[in-house]
Amino acid sequence: MKELIVFVKKEFKHIFRDRRTLLILFGLPIAQVFLFGYAITNEVRDANITVWDQSKDVVSKKLVSKILATDYFKLANISENYNDISNGFRSGEHMIALVIPPNFSEDFNNKDTKIQLLLDASDPNMANILSNYASGIIADFMRQELQFKPPNQIVNELRMTYNPELKGVFLFVPGVITVILMIVSTLLTSIALTREKELGTMEILLVSPLKPAIIVIGKVLPYLLLSFFNALVILILGFTVFKMPMVGSFSLLIAELILFIIAALSIGILISTKTGSQQVAMMISLFALMLPTILLSGFIFPIDSMPIPLQLLSNIMPAKFFIIIVKGIMLKGVGLDVLWPETLVILGFIMVFSLASIKSFKIRLV
Amino acid sequence: MNNNYAIEAKDFTKKFGSFIAVDNISFTVGQGEIFGFLGANGAGKTTAMKMLTGLLRPTSGRAHVGGFDVWKEADKIKKNIGYMSQKFSLYSDLTVLENITLFGGIYGMRMTEIKEKANELVHKLGIEDFKNRMVASLPLGYKQKLAFSVAIFHEPRIVFLDEPTGGVDPITRRQFWEMIYEAAERGITPFVTTHYMDEAEYCNRVSIMVEGKIMALDTPERLKQQFDSKNMDEVFLKLARSKHK
Repeated sequence: MKELIVFVKKEFKHIFRDRRTLLILFGLPIAQVFLFGYAITNEVRDANITVWDQSKDVVSKKLVSKILATDYFKLANISENYNDISNGFRSGEHMIALVIPPNFSEDFNNKDTKIQLLLDASDPNMANILSNYASGIIADFMRQELQFKPPNQIVNELRMTYNPELKGVFLFVPGVITVILMIVSTLLTSIALTREKELGTMEILLVSPLKPAIIVIGKVLPYLLLSFFNALVILILGFTVFKMPMVGSFSLLIAELILFIIAALSIGILISTKTGSQQVAMMISLFALMLPTILLSGFIFPIDSMPIPLQLLSNIMPAKFFIIIVKGIMLKGVGLDVLWPETLVILGFIMVFSLASIKSFKIRLV
Repeated sequence: MNNNYAIEAKDFTKKFGSFIAVDNISFTVGQGEIFGFLGANGAGKTTAMKMLTGLLRPTSGRAHVGGFDVWKEADKIKKNIGYMSQKFSLYSDLTVLENITLFGGIYGMRMTEIKEKANELVHKLGIEDFKNRMVASLPLGYKQKLAFSVAIFHEPRIVFLDEPTGGVDPITRRQFWEMIYEAAERGITPFVTTHYMDEAEYCNRVSIMVEGKIMALDTPERLKQQFDSKNMDEVFLKLARSKHK
């Protein structure tokens, strides 16, 4: 036990004396949270809109000001012809254009009328979102303004459960925690272990009375503590800066966090037993692990809309299950009664990776 | 087996598939004897050493290190040996004292004892000014001497030195050998592999391995007589050539 403490102390010194490790450990999580929280978001704010109002009457002006009053749109230009509008798309001055025909007010109250929305679909997602926003505002306007209502009408009453304001950050906070834990736990441990091999100190340690298990635990324990600390920092940022809700049990979340960290660490250990150099370990951690984790875990792209092979592949990403768990606890407030399958899967990952690394560690020794 | 020997090996063998890296070697090393373990690259020295230190499991044969069986008592062997590899093996990002404390702690020494001995050691090596500086900042010669001192810091019965003087200047090599002699006088048995044949002359006894077998084993003096050679270099070349004929 005393040997373990001496060893863990040494590991902490390595970490705190290496600027690059510190940067990955503490700079990256905070940078990622703010990056994903603020910059990379599906929500549209202040999209530039150009208006060509051909009727310029009371109703049309009302409609335009209603659209501009929302946070979604910001007036870019007043236009008088299609030429200007299409030039505006080309130069990127606006993403969307609204064309209101002449005699809008009169037609609006008496018969069917049309208005035109033009969108820059070079970014299809954006175009879709903008057209939905605009259509929603226009439908709303119609219901308010019309004196008489059609006799029968289906009105959609939407309720966005768990995230009424559709805040993207509610998805990103769990996602960032997952990715950060993957980076810190897997990448840094695999590098730390292969560094000992590269320097030749691993041999000295293996000749010493330290049991191999103590060596691995001693190397990994500091990263477990630091990863856990990191997760807490991200959570606190999520609560304070992004007003992330916490509906479920905090202690369950903590337990699941630790479980996932152990899974990530065991992958890191496995990588280090298979490789001899820090660079190879880093390549494997980054490219074979990080990218699939970000892309296939449902963090950014919904898994349900992937092609079947990729959907199947996503099942070997521990991150996928962890994101489900975190969202379940934080947003839905569900407990183990619902999340036990995902928890079991992560436990399974831990078993598989640990057994595989113990096996390859032994082979190396014999 | 006789416990008075520091190392005793009998028909010690390691096979990797069909390749026989160490082929039925038998030898003994007395307590406090400086034993030179020579051989060309790939002759099987490192493999044999790895088996003796518990890094590798032998295929067959018997060996006792410090009186303990390599098959059954690897844990006890590890407590009683020191090891210095050909790669520099202290942590460059730890200070001199931190390195000493770490390895002392790994070998289960008490902190008060470590502190006391560490101060003596830095004084003896003349690196008191460096004791709180990173090992990276030490000149290479001092690093090597410090690595050796750390390997014997816990007073092991045997210290295995795997090409310890690689890349070191002649003066430092001399000083290094003085340290080896001093350790031997204290009763620590140095087991040394080396490429430098002049260093072989410093050893009490020398074994020369060729292709997994020990081809010669005696004092440097008698080996030179036996092979009618002026120095160990010639002995070594004659042995290596005879094998290739």
